Amino acid sequence: MRRFQNSIWVYGDYRNYFQNRVTLQLLARAVELAPEIDADVCAVIFGHSVDDFVGEYIAHGAQKVYVIDHPDLKTYSSETHAALLTHLSRRFSPEIILIGATDFGRELAPRVAKRLGTGLTADCIRLSIDDNGLLIQTAPAFGGNLLAKTVTPACRPQMATVRPGTFQELPHNDDAVGDIIPVTMPEDLPVPRARLMRSERIPKRAQRLEDAQVVVCGGRGMGSKTKFKKLFELARLLGGEVGATRPVVYSNWIAHDALVGQAGKHVHPQVLFSFGVSGAIQHTAAIADADLIVAINKNPEAPMMKMADTAIVADANQVCSSLIRELKRRIRE
Amino acid sequence: MRYHFVVCMKQVPMVSELPWDSRSGRLRRDLADGMMNPACKHALEAAIQLKDRHGARITVLTMGPVMAEEILREALAMGADSGILLTDPKMAGADTMVTSFTLARAITRECPDFDLVLCGCHTSDSETAQVGPQLAEELNVAGVAYVEKLDLQHHTVRLEREADDFLETIEMDLPGVVTIATQRYTPRYASLGGLQEAFDRDSITVIDAQGLGLTPEQIGRNASPTRILDVYSPAAQKENIVMRGSAKKVVEDLLDQFGDQIAAAIGKDLKPNG
Ligand SMILES: Cc1cc2nc3c(=O)[nH]c(=O)nc-3n(C[C@H](O)[C@H](O)[C@H](O)COP(=O)(O)OP(=O)(O)OC[C@H]3O[C@@H](n4cnc5c(N)ncnc54)[C@H](O)[C@@H]3O)c2cc1C
Ligand SMILES: Cc1cc2nc3c(=O)[nH]c(=O)nc-3n(C[C@H](O)[C@H](O)[C@H](O)COP(=O)(O)OP(=O)(O)OC[C@H]3O[C@@H](n4cnc5c(N)ncnc54)[C@H](O)[C@@H]3O)c2cc1C
Repeated sequence: MRRFQNSIWVYGDYRNYFQNRVTLQLLARAVELAPEIDADVCAVIFGHSVDDFVGEYIAHGAQKVYVIDHPDLKTYSSETHAALLTHLSRRFSPEIILIGATDFGRELAPRVAKRLGTGLTADCIRLSIDDNGLLIQTAPAFGGNLLAKTVTPACRPQMATVRPGTFQELPHNDDAVGDIIPVTMPEDLPVPRARLMRSERIPKRAQRLEDAQVVVCGGRGMGSKTKFKKLFELARLLGGEVGATRPVVYSNWIAHDALVGQAGKHVHPQVLFSFGVSGAIQHTAAIADADLIVAINKNPEAPMMKMADTAIVADANQVCSSLIRELKRRIRE
Repeated sequence: MRYHFVVCMKQVPMVSELPWDSRSGRLRRDLADGMMNPACKHALEAAIQLKDRHGARITVLTMGPVMAEEILREALAMGADSGILLTDPKMAGADTMVTSFTLARAITRECPDFDLVLCGCHTSDSETAQVGPQLAEELNVAGVAYVEKLDLQHHTVRLEREADDFLETIEMDLPGVVTIATQRYTPRYASLGGLQEAFDRDSITVIDAQGLGLTPEQIGRNASPTRILDVYSPAAQKENIVMRGSAKKVVEDLLDQFGDQIAAAIGKDLKPNG
C-alpha cells in the first residue's frame, strides 16, 4: 500500500477574483513550506463551472485540486462550504488548511475548525514550520501593537486564516500540470438555515485612509503647509493615501479626517512612510500594524525612528522630493 | 411574542492606556484597566433596539475573571435585564474552541429558550472573530457574521451585511447566532443613575465550572487545541536599519533594500531602468 502522503490545502476563495488574489498568494507560500514536511500542495474548490479557477490554481502551484462542481453550489454559502470542507478534510486528512482572511474566509474557517475539533489562528501575517514540523502561525493582536505566535500541537489539521497581501503569488506557469480530483457532492447536505436572498456588488468607493495599502504620514517636521503638499504627490505615485499627526491637522495643513492616532484613524498598510513625525504613543498606537515602516527624521533618537524598519536620518522635505523624482524615473506605465 | 436575547460580551484591556514595559516591549496586562469590548457594546445596542421594538428579555453573558462583573453591570445600566458571569480559575487560557464550548454550555443550561444570541464581530485584544461562528456550530443553530442590520419577522430574522465586496440580504432561521459589526448600532451611554442602580441590583448569577457540570479536562487551557508560544512587540523584532547621507543616496539605499516590498504593495515594478 502507498505510504500516506502529507498535504497542505489551500481553500479556493474565488468570489472576488480577479481583485482578491489571496488564494494564489497562499498557494505560493504552501509551495515554499511543503518540502519542509514532505507534503503535496493541494487546492480545494466548491462551486459551479469553476474550471477556469482550477486552471489558475494549477498554474500557480497546486499539484492537486479537489473539485466539487454542482449547480446547487452556485451561491456562495458559508454553511454549505463548511459542510463540504469538513467532509473532504475527514476523507483526505490534510496536515494543514490555509484559508484567506476575507470576510467570507473568516466566517467559514471557525465553523470548519469547530466541526473538525481542531485549533485555528486568525488573520496570520507570517507562517513557518518549526523543527518538529509544526506550523508556526503569527498573527497581530491589540491592533497590531503585539504579535502572537501560535501552534496547534496535537490536533489535525492545523488551520489558519491568512491576511490577503501577505505573500507574493507565483508567476502564472502555463506549462504546470496538476491532478484534478472531482469529488461527488455528498447527498446528505443539510438545508442552510441562513439563506442568501439578495447580493449585490458594492460600487467601488474612493479609497479610504484606513484601507490603504500605502500610507504617507506627515508630521510637524514637514515644516509648512506648502511643503506638506508634496506628500500628496508622493501618495499619488504610490497609489496611497496621506495621513497626518495632530499638530498638522490643527494647523490646517490637511483636513481633520486625515488624523492618524488614538483620536483619529487606525491604519494597517503594507508600507507606511513617516515624514517628520516624532512618534508620540497617541500616534504610534494606530500605526503599529503596518508591515513595513520607513521613517524620515532629522533626529535619530525620535521614538518614531526606533520603531521603524528603516530609519532615514535626513531632512524630510529633501527625501520626499528625491523619492518622488526617483519613483517617476522607475515607474514605467 | 416575547423574545429572549443573549448578548455575549468580553472584558478587554483599555487600549489607549496600555501599560507598556518599554524595556521588554511587553504589555503589562495585569495593570490594564478593563472595559467592555467595543463590538460587544454594539451587539448589546442592537439587542436593546430590538427589545424596544418587539419586547424581549436580554441576558448578558461573559466568561472571565471576577472583575468582569463590571461589564455586566454596565450592560444592565444600558438596558439588559440580567447577567451571567462564568468565572473559575480553571476556565483561564481557553482558546476560541473552548470559549465557545463553555459559553454554549451556559446558554443551553441557563437560557434554553433563547431566540437569538448576539456577539460582537471581534474583540480588540485577541481579535480572532472566531467565537461567534463557533458558538453557532456548538449550539447547532444558524449563524451569520458581520451583521449591520437586523429585522425580526416571527421565526426568522432578516439581516443585512457587507461581506467582502458584496452587500447581502440574508434570511436566517431562529434560533440563531449573529455577530454585529461596528458601523451601525452606535451604543447608548449608561447614565450615572442607571449605573448606580445597576450596581445595587441583584440580577447577576455567578457560575463556576462545576456549576456548569464541566470537569477541568473540558475547559480552559487544558482542553484548548491551540498553544500560544510567544506574544511580543513587533517593534522589538524589527531590524531598524539606519540610513544616512544625501537625500539622493538614502532614496537609492531605500529602494535597493526595500524596493521589492514597496513594489509588491503598489503593484508596480520598481527595478531601475535599463
Ligand atoms: C489625549 C491626546 C490624544 C492625542 N491624539 C493624537 C492622535 O490621534 N494623533 C496624533 O498624531 N497625535 C495625537 N496627540 C498628540 C501627540 O501626543 C503628539 O503631540 C503628536 O503626535 C506630535 O506630532 P508630530 O510628530 O507631528 O510633531 P512633533 O512632536 O513636534 O515632532 C516633529 C518631528 O519632526 C522632526 N523634524 C523637524 N524638522 C524636521 C526636518 N526638517 N526633517 C525631518 N524631521 C524633522 C523632529 O525631529 C520631530 O521628531 C494626542 C495627544 C493627547 C494628549
Ligand atoms: C494574543 C492572543 C492571541 C490569541 N490567539 C488565538 C488564536 O489564534 N486562536 C484561538 O483559538 N484563540 C486565541 N487566543 C485566545 C482567545 O483570546 C480566547 O479564546 C478568547 O476567549 C476569545 O477570543 P477573542 O477575544 O479573539 O474573541 P472574538 O472571537 O474576537 O470575539 C467575538 C465575540 O465573541 C464573544 N466573546 C468572546 N470571548 C468571550 C468571553 N470570554 N465571554 C463572552 N463572550 C465572548 C463576544 O461577543 C465577542 O465580541 C488568543 C489570545 C491572546 C491573548
